[in-house]
Amino acid sequence: MSKEKLQAALSKQGAFGKDIDLSQYDNNDIAHVQSEADISEAGKALMEHVGIELNAENRSASFIQVDNTALEPKVKAQTPLELMNTGKAAEKYPELVEKYWWKAVAPDTDKYTAVTALEKENGYFIRVKAGEKITYPLQACIFISHEEQLQRVHNIVIVEDGAELNVITGCSSDPSVDKAIHLGISEFYIGKNAKLTYTMIHSWGENVAVRPRSATIIDAGGQFISNYVCMEKAKDVQMNPVTRLVGEGAVARMNSILVAPKGAHLDIGGIVSLEVPGCRAEIVARTICTGGEIVNRGTLIGKAEGIRAHLECNGLMLSDEGYISAIPQLDAYTGNAEMSHEAAVGRIAPEEIEYLMARGLDEEEATATIVRGFLNVNIEGLPDTLAKKITDTLDTFSYNKGM
Amino acid sequence: MLRIENLSVAVNGKQILRNINMHIAPGEVHVLFGPNGTGKSTLLGAIMGFDRYEILEGKIYFKGQDITEAPCHERARMGIGMMIQRPPTIRGLTLRQMIGICGASPEEVEKMANWMGLSDFLDRSVNEGFSGGELKRSELLQLMAQKPDLLLLDEPESGVDVENIALVGRAANYILHNDNTPCGGVNCDKGCCTFNCSANPLAAPQKSGLIITHLGHILKYVPASHAHILYQGTITCPGGDPLDILGCIGQSGYETCVNKGCRRIRK
Repeated sequence: MSKEKLQAALSKQGAFGKDIDLSQYDNNDIAHVQSEADISEAGKALMEHVGIELNAENRSASFIQVDNTALEPKVKAQTPLELMNTGKAAEKYPELVEKYWWKAVAPDTDKYTAVTALEKENGYFIRVKAGEKITYPLQACIFISHEEQLQRVHNIVIVEDGAELNVITGCSSDPSVDKAIHLGISEFYIGKNAKLTYTMIHSWGENVAVRPRSATIIDAGGQFISNYVCMEKAKDVQMNPVTRLVGEGAVARMNSILVAPKGAHLDIGGIVSLEVPGCRAEIVARTICTGGEIVNRGTLIGKAEGIRAHLECNGLMLSDEGYISAIPQLDAYTGNAEMSHEAAVGRIAPEEIEYLMARGLDEEEATATIVRGFLNVNIEGLPDTLAKKITDTLDTFSYNKGM
Repeated sequence: MLRIENLSVAVNGKQILRNINMHIAPGEVHVLFGPNGTGKSTLLGAIMGFDRYEILEGKIYFKGQDITEAPCHERARMGIGMMIQRPPTIRGLTLRQMIGICGASPEEVEKMANWMGLSDFLDRSVNEGFSGGELKRSELLQLMAQKPDLLLLDEPESGVDVENIALVGRAANYILHNDNTPCGGVNCDKGCCTFNCSANPLAAPQKSGLIITHLGHILKYVPASHAHILYQGTITCPGGDPLDILGCIGQSGYETCVNKGCRRIRK
């Protein structure tokens, strides 16, 4: 794409979410942090909080980007995968750039993609060659350490035919950072009969604006399982990743768990386009408002005969403040597409609380039990420690504490 | 075990029960008869302590303690267990987890569920898509784990087919006898009424119960000692013989039975 066209896109607003003036942020490439040792203890604790293992013992590989600096990636010996900075990969594999760079996400989508496309490239490039199955998850941590930082990330993940990969991405900012912006573009390519499990956990500082722009293309028989968890007081997160099923029998499952405490604004969606016969997709969102604001979008697009897809946007209001707006959308372009949706937003029914109280739980325990059940969406690929952390966080909720 | 004194109860500001008095001694199982809409479930709900039942007057004592103001979960922990007529579904909470909440160990869960014919339901959300009979069995399974000293059963036979009534009755009897070892299972052919094949099926219960029933089928399996008719919000025929009263209701209906027959059949 021409530079002029990208320059023009710098003023293009995003389709959803509040428009953000990028000039208020510091778009520099200064290496504030050059190695893990430079990261504050509090910052490290936050990294662990978002699922990152600092010793990387149970990980096949590890990637850390702080601000706009990628630290040296680590790959366990004899692990058949490639992991490097996207910028480096572009220099090394020009032929791959032709094939994969900005092919799933258009660089002029909006100002956030444009600014990322115009500047030096950061982010991770991962490739798993055909037939290789990576046992341990690969972890990637995207971290902001500097106040008013504009962080640009361009990730490329290629899982070739018959290969399998599990990626855990944890995103967070140092507690000393108040205001910053994260722009994260991710392009995932899943080959024939390949499988990618991708779990992203967000735990940003209160005034960090977040604008991920992700897209996935899945070939025949490929599987994409995407999990997204955001439970913090992030002031302004907006994303609506696009997944295209372009090969026969491709499968996508997107789970999200969103908890919005007071002060949070989460505008989270997902679009799945089923373009050839026999594709299947499921979008399952569980949202909980504890005083913040949630817009939960979900769109299924049926373009081919004999596809099946289901969408669930279920929300629980645990506070008198804030709101949940569930917006499910089904677009059918053929008569033989089986698509359905279910959306429900409400409070916990008093009968359910009483039922558990009649079995001996007090009101607080009963509420926590119901909330845990509500979020029990059977998330595949979620590390145990993280699953436990989610449960613990939820256990602290209660009506009585006002949340 | 349970003493109710001069109890009046309202629901949504409307008085449903007035001046109820009742005493259930340890080991006694009482039956509550009465036409629909007369307040039977209200009485059980008020004993359990559900929020929507507003106590206007009177006292409820359990094991000698005044529980009139006690919250529901405290009553449950003290030993009151209730089979709920239309229990809600709790999505994502499995029946297995629910029985655990009720107090069963993982081994007990398996054993009890097998006995109740609910092994295949353990990993389903509690009550989700359960049929009428399955709901009753699920409730009794939870109560088996809860081991209450006072068992409140709200229409245990409603929506249950003939075969399952025997199971429901045996399960209720098991809870009342506090037997420990399950016998052969649902289809045990030794003719016993409880888990424990050696136990005398009609031995006096060790615990107490209060049962709402319309047709009385459950009485074939659960030896009730006293019966009451709840009619127009108050108790008539207190403490009568359950089968006599059931016969009278069957013959002449509630109204006649209450107006004319009560004196005759009262003990």
